[in-house]
Amino acid sequence: MSEARTVLIDPLVDNNPVTLQMLGICSALAVTTSLLPALLMCVALTSVAALAGAAISALRHRIPNNIRIIVHMTIIASLVILVDQMLKAYAFETSKQLSVFVGLIITNCIVLGRAEAFAMKNGVVMSFVDGLGNGLGYSVILIAVATLRELFGAGTLLGYPVFELVTDGGWYYANGLMLLPPSAFFIIGLLIWAIRTWRTQQVEKPEYQIHEVHRTEVY
Amino acid sequence: MEALVSLFIQATFVENLALAFFLGMCTFLAVSKRVETAIGLGLAVIAIQVITVPVNYMIYNFLLADGALAWAGLPDVDLSFLGLVSYIGVIAALVQILEMTLDKYVPKLYNALGIFLPLITVNCAILGGTLFMVERQYDFAESVVFGVGSGTGWAIALIALAGIREKLKYSDVPDGLQGLGIAFIIVGLMSLSFMGFSGI
Repeated sequence: MSEARTVLIDPLVDNNPVTLQMLGICSALAVTTSLLPALLMCVALTSVAALAGAAISALRHRIPNNIRIIVHMTIIASLVILVDQMLKAYAFETSKQLSVFVGLIITNCIVLGRAEAFAMKNGVVMSFVDGLGNGLGYSVILIAVATLRELFGAGTLLGYPVFELVTDGGWYYANGLMLLPPSAFFIIGLLIWAIRTWRTQQVEKPEYQIHEVHRTEVY
Repeated sequence: MEALVSLFIQATFVENLALAFFLGMCTFLAVSKRVETAIGLGLAVIAIQVITVPVNYMIYNFLLADGALAWAGLPDVDLSFLGLVSYIGVIAALVQILEMTLDKYVPKLYNALGIFLPLITVNCAILGGTLFMVERQYDFAESVVFGVGSGTGWAIALIALAGIREKLKYSDVPDGLQGLGIAFIIVGLMSLSFMGFSGI
């Protein structure tokens, strides 16, 4: 049980797929301009990651090694089609906002990476938990970014006003940059900085060391 | 003709797949440490994008779309829900074919592109290009131009970032920001400058 807990909790901060392993940022940042589509995207990705882990792990002894990538992609693509159809049926408006990004879960490196690195070697239940954990690790980052962007970009959360905008007679000037693509990059960069200041073992070593010259060496 | 030129400019700069839609970010950040490798990957992406977008256009319009099978006597069949599986299959197959062709006829280029070719299968920029083509309902000529433009835009962004990061490794960056963190900040600044093209 404790092993399952580690597998679930570890990807949240210590081994976060987005900030540490640099995986799965691709398809996601474009949906973080407001919180609602971001939440839906998190649910979609987490369920695909967990189910794909379980399915691939169940089939792991039958998948021939040299065509495994294609098999993985087919399984993942089928799951994504299911999620996509569900969204179209039950949350049509938001699924329009997500546009192509639900389909892009197929090429999300988290799903494929966990299938390759974990599900091929571990049991069904553990692979499910691992997929869930990594999906949640991704969700944490996505929700953090979406909250910041919607709050400071439009003064709202989930569409409800939090900061009174100047245009409505309040005090807050909406920061338009927050709704544009560059701000997502800045926020992720600063988030990585914050996490790595907290957990210093995640700091990357510089490729090039600046040699400090002491006064005595020069002479 | 004019419309096609403006579509090209738009796909390359204004709606740059990497900087405006965040597509292909994983590879974008992982392979942008040296200019030489960035050029190799950039060329491979352009090549694949130019082929896959029109091929997927044909797959969608002659096999999958609502009523597309009318030529086979099945006007009521709508297979568009199979889209995602077919596109990814087409992309994987095309990457494999291109790899084998290059290996046989242009081994020099094959060696230069090396490990990047198989990586392209899972590059979201490629699948993203196809999905945008379907969503925006381009015709055949437009889909060719969109493939060239979006591939070129991605390659330009990648090579530019690699150039910056190559110089950047000699600078004194705060510890926590080292590596991935500073790369994100730079991509943000690049994205800001590419937005300047939106007035064209």
